[in-house]
Amino acid sequence: MRTVARNLDARQPPTLSRCPLPLRSRKTRLAPSAPRRHDWRMTDVRAKVAQQFIEALPHCRALGMRVLSVGNGVAEIEMPYDTRFVGAPSTGVLHGGAGSTLLGPCGGAAVMSHPGSPSVTATLDLRIDYMRPATPGQTIRARAECYHITRSVAFVRADATDGDRETPVASAAGAFTVAEQ
Amino acid sequence: MKKPEPVQVIKQRRDRALDALVSSVPYATFLGVRFDRRGDELTAVLTYDEKLIGNPMLPALHGGATAAFLELTATIELAWSRLWDDIEGGQIDADALTPERLPRLPKTIDFTVDYLRAGLPRDAYARARINRSGRRYASVHVEAWQDNRTRLFAQATGHLLMPTKDG
Repeated sequence: MRTVARNLDARQPPTLSRCPLPLRSRKTRLAPSAPRRHDWRMTDVRAKVAQQFIEALPHCRALGMRVLSVGNGVAEIEMPYDTRFVGAPSTGVLHGGAGSTLLGPCGGAAVMSHPGSPSVTATLDLRIDYMRPATPGQTIRARAECYHITRSVAFVRADATDGDRETPVASAAGAFTVAEQ
Repeated sequence: MKKPEPVQVIKQRRDRALDALVSSVPYATFLGVRFDRRGDELTAVLTYDEKLIGNPMLPALHGGATAAFLELTATIELAWSRLWDDIEGGQIDADALTPERLPRLPKTIDFTVDYLRAGLPRDAYARARINRSGRRYASVHVEAWQDNRTRLFAQATGHLLMPTKDG
């Protein structure tokens, strides 16, 4: 399973310089009796954790990803065009794999920012449909929505667009784990 | 009877064709994917690099890098199986093969990745199996592993659109 985030509560605090995630402060930690689902006080914290998390992932940094917005189960991430990520040099079109690298974490961030979600999630599966080639030179933007969540699984839909925001270049559907807390 | 070609000549011709094919994809170079060849069988190798890491605290390979690796394996395997037939059949001269003169790569229609366990921070391997390859469409399954061939860390199924002869 591909782990997108982890619960830090159960571990010894790592040194801050090595830790990409802000450790949850005592104030924001849920009391054992507090209701886990739809605790709206947590929304801002979740959003911040999700954003910092994605931007700290080495592979996401290598691809120059930037989080545009995240919160309430919806995340938007963009990735600038780069000739190193091209699939076919004759056309200059990005490789599809670069698309999955954008849509995956975008889905993970959407799950992490959902009010009913813990901060731990891993991708179970992700299906990507490639609708059309992305226009060379244009930034790719992905938007993911966690549209349903149960005690054990989160369901996500996502779209990726280039400069033309009307017709997506790719769409994705995935299932993510929801860990017990 | 015609004398068979020296083994080195055959090997060099096939390796050159494979090199031309793989080096035509910049994203393969970016990820650090190369292909080992035994006869016509390919094994993709994803050489470990820090930039492939998703979660630095585990640390684990990034799921997007894994997906891209599997998709590359599927695409190259499919293109290679066509190229192999053309080269062995004499339709394509491997010596004259340059990235510009290669047949176009198949296009991915859809690709579904199962993440079975976390990818460890070390080299990963993948092999693709073409379950169906028609004139227009192909269905390919890919398996990826690290230390044990039987303990897959990811698998994928994808449908690809075959390139037409005139591009």
